[in-house]
Amino acid sequence: MIKLFSLKQQKKDGEASPRTGNQKKASAAQLRITKDINELNLPKTCTTEFPDPDDLLNFKLVICPDEGFYRTGRFVFSFKVGPNYPHEPPKVKCETQVYHPNIDQQGNVCLNILREDWKPVLTINSIVYGLQYLFLEPNPEDPLNKEAAEVLTNNRRLFEQNVQKAIKGGYVGDSELQQHCVKIKQWKNYL
Amino acid sequence: MSEESAQKRWGHLRKVLERSSPFSHPEFEPSSEVLDFLMTSCKILVIGAGGLGCELLKNLALMGFRQIHVIDMDTIDLSNLNRQFLFRHKDIGSSKAEVAAAYINKRVAGCQVVPHFSKIQDFDEGFYKQFHIIVCGLDSIVARRWINGMLISMLNYEEDVLDQSSVIPMVDGGTEGFKGNARVILPGINACVECTLDLYPPQVNYPLCTIANTPRLPEHCIEYVKLIQWPKENPFGAPLDGDDAQHLSWVYEKALERASQFNIPGVTYRLVQGVVKHIIPAVASTNAVIAGICATEVFKIATSCCIPLNNYLVFNDVDGIYTYTYEAEKKDTCLVCSQKPQILEIKDPNSFKLKQLIDILSESAEYQMKNPGLTTVIDGKNKTLYMSTIKSIEERTRVNLDKTLVELGIRDGQEVLVADVTSPTTVVLKLKYLISDVEMS
Ligand SMILES: [Zn+2]
Repeated sequence: MIKLFSLKQQKKDGEASPRTGNQKKASAAQLRITKDINELNLPKTCTTEFPDPDDLLNFKLVICPDEGFYRTGRFVFSFKVGPNYPHEPPKVKCETQVYHPNIDQQGNVCLNILREDWKPVLTINSIVYGLQYLFLEPNPEDPLNKEAAEVLTNNRRLFEQNVQKAIKGGYVGDSELQQHCVKIKQWKNYL
Repeated sequence: MSEESAQKRWGHLRKVLERSSPFSHPEFEPSSEVLDFLMTSCKILVIGAGGLGCELLKNLALMGFRQIHVIDMDTIDLSNLNRQFLFRHKDIGSSKAEVAAAYINKRVAGCQVVPHFSKIQDFDEGFYKQFHIIVCGLDSIVARRWINGMLISMLNYEEDVLDQSSVIPMVDGGTEGFKGNARVILPGINACVECTLDLYPPQVNYPLCTIANTPRLPEHCIEYVKLIQWPKENPFGAPLDGDDAQHLSWVYEKALERASQFNIPGVTYRLVQGVVKHIIPAVASTNAVIAGICATEVFKIATSCCIPLNNYLVFNDVDGIYTYTYEAEKKDTCLVCSQKPQILEIKDPNSFKLKQLIDILSESAEYQMKNPGLTTVIDGKNKTLYMSTIKSIEERTRVNLDKTLVELGIRDGQEVLVADVTSPTTVVLKLKYLISDVEMS
């Protein structure tokens, strides 16, 4: 056990006023994301896109499944890693309109490790595998898109047709038409 | 104050500090100098002047500490006044740090609290170095992690042995409703904030599918409006702002509608406010208990009159009173405290290229890395120097390989973060320039 101070030990006088030069220390989130990104081990169906290579906290993941209902599709997810990573999970949204029981029309994704089951030991890689798995094994038990889940449970052929129709840019169901238009409007803002 | 009452004022402390005790540190030497040290030289930094901070300042000042600094970036809000007792109605809108310091200085003779109305990130090593002990009453994990990282980066090692005079103990208190915790962190010696990151309660995140389809709790209904209905309907053409009463009313109404569809009772405006802003109501008595424990730890560390808490205490008075103390373990793979800073000497940064740095990391016997990815922070902005494992990043950072350190804007003493599969953590390399003649643009 240490005894911390001898009484004669005086501390050096510090500077009493703040200096705005201290912007050179990396945050713990940055330490961790540097490691996560450098060691991303992507399945061959996935690629990442970094709009700004200096910003490892905001990027996109593109999944192109080569088997299952979603083969031939191309699905883009945005990742936003906050300053409290890995205490809090990154925010992940699906930016591609998709007919999927676990992804809704706003791009919300129901994946347990993105919310209730997130733990600091998990990494960006864990999420990538989780997302990839959603396309191989869509789960009708915990649906976000209830209609799609019901179709998947009751009529796999129709489900497959709907998925492929949505991939080709068509829409499935009335509510989606409207959503689709909203999405397109949002995209216009980026163009 | 008369001479006699001044003597009396510290009578209780003298009993503890001028006599030996079976509980004191083995090297404790009882003497009147200890109280002198506490009152004249010992410099304490209090981070946060909120619920815990007000209690801490009051406790420390009344204990005899006089050299106290306090940092807080917040201003006083009406809702603070029930428990942040150094503030009055007329103070609303003023700096918490400034009002708290002025109050203590007026009320406790001899005390010299210095306020800083700023963020902890506005200060550098030079500032933090002046303190003997830092005590935190923060409500933010991000801020705790920052100060933790700062104190660990300030440690000195001489031939791999920690120089104990570079250790600044951190006493950290936290409360949430009727629960609280207090801990003593000796940076580099015992468990740090990052070692125990999974101890902090995660934000409650309900499963999205439950929120969407099978809500059972009033919180589920509020989360539904927040996460799904708001982005969809975008009622005010703006992101949801938890401080905007109009926004909250909208969420409240829609959540009520949804709750009635599913026959769920309990949606109230207050709950909406709590869920949207992730607020757990603060309880004055919990703050008082935790701040009392923290101030006692500061006193124990400052004087060695008693062995400090080892090292984590949890407190809970939801139902009766419960406390439990245990030793949180230092993690061998802690991202922040497990490694000693690695210093790499660079002869001439005017000619030394990034490529050469990567060669050293891959080829020298000491590192033998496989695909090191390098980032740093320049003028407060993260910069990726080179990363070969991600194609899109590699393509755009390849140009950096032929640049010299000076051309890249890397300064003497700068930290470069290096990630590689060969190390469980990100290695922090401190570059030390051997020539002083460096021309930075
Ligand atoms: Zn640690």
